[in-house]
Amino acid sequence: MRKCKALFLVAVLVICCMATACGKEDKKDGLIKIGVVNNPPSESGYREANVKDMETVFSKENGYELKTFYSKVNDEQLQAAKGFITDGVDYLLISAAETTGWDDVFKKAKEAGVKVYIFDRKIAVDESLYEAAVVSDMAKEGETAVNWLLSQNLDEYKVIHIQGAMGSDAQVGRTGALDAQFASGKMKKVVQQTAAWDEAEAKKIVETVINSGEDFNVIYAENDGMAKGAVAALDEAGITHGVNGKVVVIGFDCNKWALRELLAGKWNYDGQCSPFQAKIISDLIKSGKAPTQKLIINEEKGFDAKTITENDINTYGLGD
Amino acid sequence: MKNAIKKLFRGGLGQLTIPLVAIALLAIFNLIRDPGFFSIGIAHNSNGNAVLSGNIISIINGASELAILAIGMTLVTAACGGQDISVGAAAAIAGSVFVKVLKSASSINGGTVLLAFLLSCIVAMLFGAFNGTLVAVFKIQPMIATLILYTCGRSIAYWINGGATPTISNSILSAIGGFIPGIPLPTPVIIVVVMAILFKLLFHFTSLELFTQSVGINGGAARLNGINPTFIKLLSFVLLGACVSVAGCIGVSRLGLINHETLLLDIEMDAILAVAIGGNSLGGGRFKIIGSILGAYIIQTLTITLYAMKVSSTDVKAYKAIVIVLLVVIGSPVVKQRFTKFMTRLAENRKKVSAKGAEE
Repeated sequence: MRKCKALFLVAVLVICCMATACGKEDKKDGLIKIGVVNNPPSESGYREANVKDMETVFSKENGYELKTFYSKVNDEQLQAAKGFITDGVDYLLISAAETTGWDDVFKKAKEAGVKVYIFDRKIAVDESLYEAAVVSDMAKEGETAVNWLLSQNLDEYKVIHIQGAMGSDAQVGRTGALDAQFASGKMKKVVQQTAAWDEAEAKKIVETVINSGEDFNVIYAENDGMAKGAVAALDEAGITHGVNGKVVVIGFDCNKWALRELLAGKWNYDGQCSPFQAKIISDLIKSGKAPTQKLIINEEKGFDAKTITENDINTYGLGD
Repeated sequence: MKNAIKKLFRGGLGQLTIPLVAIALLAIFNLIRDPGFFSIGIAHNSNGNAVLSGNIISIINGASELAILAIGMTLVTAACGGQDISVGAAAAIAGSVFVKVLKSASSINGGTVLLAFLLSCIVAMLFGAFNGTLVAVFKIQPMIATLILYTCGRSIAYWINGGATPTISNSILSAIGGFIPGIPLPTPVIIVVVMAILFKLLFHFTSLELFTQSVGINGGAARLNGINPTFIKLLSFVLLGACVSVAGCIGVSRLGLINHETLLLDIEMDAILAVAIGGNSLGGGRFKIIGSILGAYIIQTLTITLYAMKVSSTDVKAYKAIVIVLLVVIGSPVVKQRFTKFMTRLAENRKKVSAKGAEE
């Protein structure tokens, strides 16, 4: 029995050695080696699009050899990043689960001559340790949406504000701009509640406001799902919404189905959080020069029901 | 009247005392706070149907999934003396299957919806059987056994439909999750009633209730009396699976959207609470389904009340916890015993006093 075990262990060892040896052999074929540490695609529609974007841009046809690792556990991500450095990748691309704890890995990468790009979310490390951070500015998304709302010149703004999971980047950013309007008195806060991204909870919140008889004319939901929940409550109460309706509906994330609601005129505005950072990073890598600025803000779009086209939905919509 | 009150204080309503008192207290509190809280009106929804609206409707409508899950959870609790914490994740799977089938159908009609529901029901019951096998055959503690599906369930749901939130819009689905044209009552409420009646009939025509209780109270004794505890426990999980699938399909139909991460999120805890508030022993044994259903409505009333008071929803859970601690402590055997003792002593004293008065 013990012999069997020993034999088995040896076999495993040999296979491992062969595997690594093979890996090293096909290293030099002119491809740029990229290691991507990301959150798993199951996290959200946003992440699914993000992962897909990375895989299409960093393809073999474009001259890349891509290695990926997906986890929402920071420790596992750290391990994987270290693994990529040992594997000798040329570039390391990271979207971290948590913003802290990354100093060590970044230093190791620098020593090994691996260039690091941060994408999607910022990481709390010294600027000198990475090439550039290509990130979404959630606060800007909120501002774009609120500016759009102001440009509608409604007589009064009575807002139901449905927030995402408290403390998440998206929630903090999308709430900020609206909070400023509440503070200045330009808009009136009818209710501000978190539904923690839960569609059904969003519906309950709006239902309660309708039942209380309080008047409102804007729903600002911090993602598409919650906007859909809110709209379901409006439909049940027979309150009109959308382009020619009483209530202005604002959502975020630009899922394809949400953009179709815009096209049908049932919603008014959808803010984007662009998951497409791969192209920017690829351009930087191919340019061969170090980026001139450390912080690159990914351009964010917002869509108005009056101007959106079928083409926009196909280009920018997430999911199907 | 006086006798009725006396009876109530002596626990004449049995285990339903606590839920009924809680409902009464919540009702009184809300009436004082806002006399219009319970007003029911008629609104015309966007399809032009006349439908009932108001907080009461919101409460009984919103609690539907919870009430249905509480029914199944009561059975599992009674038979196994433990709880299934995977119902939320399993509902996400059932809902995903439901959506998947509808999406792959060329056109959605009554038949395809029924087929989708049946398939999701089968899948949910299979997962129920998986949990049940771990608990009944391998004798793993229910909470540990169901922890497996609790952990991986939403990932499985993700595999079925992918990461984005697929939507389906169809008049049949909106009839299931909202209102059937011509009927002013929300359909989920009707489904709860149907489920409750189905279980009542099941208990009426079979000995399942008695068998479940005896297995829960003493499995060994039940076995000696010719009942198969393994089968009864397994069956309770499979029945819960059916409830899970109904709840999941309602949840999906409400919005015509499946989000595997948030569908019926954290509902397992509320379902267990509903069972506890309903006066059922979480250690198994005797149970009353109606208590659990009342428990579900109590939890929903609490939530809606807090929303109506504009309590920030981040704080809602804390306030809910306070009320629930009170309910559970009041319902605990220790407090009940003390209370009964206190009442009998009071009655004795009164007797003595009146006896003295008669002497004088």
